[in-house]
Amino acid sequence: MKRLRMAPSAYLWLALAAAYFLIPLYATLDFSLRENKVGTPCCTLHNYGWVVHNGDFWHTIKISFLLALETIVISLALFVPTIYWVHLKVPRLRPVIAFLALVPFIVPPIVMVVGLLRTFKWTPHWFYAEPWGFLATAYVILAFPYMFFSLDAGFRSIDVHTLTEASQSLGAKWTTTLFRVILPNIRSAALAASFLTLAIVLGEFTIANLAAFHTFPIFLQYVNESQGFPAGALTLLSFGITWAAMLSLLLVGRKRGTRSAVIAGAR
Amino acid sequence: MSYLELENLHRSFGSFKALNGINISLGEGEFLSLLGPSGCGKTTALRLVAGFDQPNEGRILVEGRDQTGVPPNRRDMGMVFQAYSLFPNMNARQNVEFGLRIRGKHKGEGRGRVDDLLELVGLTHAVDRYPHQLSGGMQQRVALARALAIEPRVLLLDEPLSALDAKVRVQLREEIRRIQLELGITTLYVTHDQEEALAISDHVAVMYGGVIEQMGTPAEMYTAPATPFVAEFIGTMNRLDSRVVNGEVGEVEHSGLHLHVDAARGRRNGERVLVLIRPESLELEAATNGTAPNSFAGEVLTQTFLGPVTRVKVTGSGTSLIADMSTARAAALPVGASVVAKIPSEGAKLISLPDDGPGLPVLDPDDQ
Repeated sequence: MKRLRMAPSAYLWLALAAAYFLIPLYATLDFSLRENKVGTPCCTLHNYGWVVHNGDFWHTIKISFLLALETIVISLALFVPTIYWVHLKVPRLRPVIAFLALVPFIVPPIVMVVGLLRTFKWTPHWFYAEPWGFLATAYVILAFPYMFFSLDAGFRSIDVHTLTEASQSLGAKWTTTLFRVILPNIRSAALAASFLTLAIVLGEFTIANLAAFHTFPIFLQYVNESQGFPAGALTLLSFGITWAAMLSLLLVGRKRGTRSAVIAGAR
Repeated sequence: MSYLELENLHRSFGSFKALNGINISLGEGEFLSLLGPSGCGKTTALRLVAGFDQPNEGRILVEGRDQTGVPPNRRDMGMVFQAYSLFPNMNARQNVEFGLRIRGKHKGEGRGRVDDLLELVGLTHAVDRYPHQLSGGMQQRVALARALAIEPRVLLLDEPLSALDAKVRVQLREEIRRIQLELGITTLYVTHDQEEALAISDHVAVMYGGVIEQMGTPAEMYTAPATPFVAEFIGTMNRLDSRVVNGEVGEVEHSGLHLHVDAARGRRNGERVLVLIRPESLELEAATNGTAPNSFAGEVLTQTFLGPVTRVKVTGSGTSLIADMSTARAAALPVGASVVAKIPSEGAKLISLPDDGPGLPVLDPDDQ
């Protein structure tokens, strides 16, 4: 077989792209290994120790992770059946939902949070004042476009009509069809949507800040403002933790021996 | 007593009438093909039987019980689809097992049934393969086994072979018939391929414009088409739009060509009739001096090689006829040769046409 050779210019562009991502990471790493004293030699893990032993770090990261999980579960529970139904029964509504999914991109976060705070003002205290209520609701809205476009691509890659009818003709109810036939075949799309939601929730600052919730990005901002060197360590740690979370999601969602999102009939 | 009955089924989509009152009665263990061109309503009828759609009017009965309002998952009807419909996340065995698993019968006897069905469709070597690892023909075999696993009351097949290549199609249609006969399962088969329908069915119903034009055995459909459309759709037919000149002797006239047709005896003089002659009924020979009775003189326009026979198109005096003859004999009648086509008076069929009615139906070549 002929080996594909890359053009020399391709290496150049690849190197430039790698530098674009790696140089800031290296700079942050270098920064995180220094001490807040002039003239001390490189390198020290003191900043990492500070982060690991900081109670606020663990508290806020726990809140953010649980919020991300809640957002993913609510979003999947809401959007998977909805998008399935739209593809199956009312495909003409698809462009309408796609437009609605763009709204969180169009409306600035500051406007959205003010609107949401006013809208949910009447709700009980346990919802309005707790991140698991108000903030999770806001994040479901924020994750809508990522969820919709990922899941929609998944549904479009399978023959929803034929698979559903085949399943029904064999005696399956709607729920059985959804969980045993449809969901396993859009697993990749659901995983991609979950990754994006996780990344968004772990990095969201505006809504949490304006609604006065103490999440991980708020803590990160606080450390960044008050203590420069530990902020570098915190940034890298959060980077690693986010990647580890995504990897674990991937491992949980993957099933050996199967192949998801195969286009039915495409051979 | 009828096992499957479709009573006066109507289905409209907006102003388009997909089904306009069809009636079908099928005995237990019989194989009926719904045959017709695209848009004739055959798939709509099948979907109504499966329960995927509801009729605007009419009833569907199985063993005398009304199934019209029963949801598809409670009808016990196995279906094989035109598109490959295997569940991509399951291997062949799991696909076949699916219906039994839903019913909680996948262990013990059920497992044996899955094995038997996979053997029946000749796929014991591929039970662990996923759909993307199977060819189109193998996928449809698994789909057939899957539909049969639930021991359906009626087996529904919606153009299951249309996506396959010609050789596999012929092979698989024979297998479908073999399995259907072996299991004695009542089967409704939708196809637009008349050869397929004639080859494997007990009965064929030709549909056009949402109605059944004619229903009968394959032999009846071929030898005695009841309408101009059926005559056009089933096989190849020479159709001569004619008038009865002398009903006493059975003489008809078409574009100046006078023919004696037995079937025209007793017809009213001046009646408009369609004379139908199969290409294999015509005898072609090189033109000689003098004109024989019941013959048509013309010249060979085209020759189409079909293997053992050659289809010869003869034209003359504004009329064209098609004749099938052995390839060896056709070699003696090259394109441009003057020939005489002998039309047997007893072989031609006749269909009455309205005196001032519309012209004959013209089919899209893709639908034939």
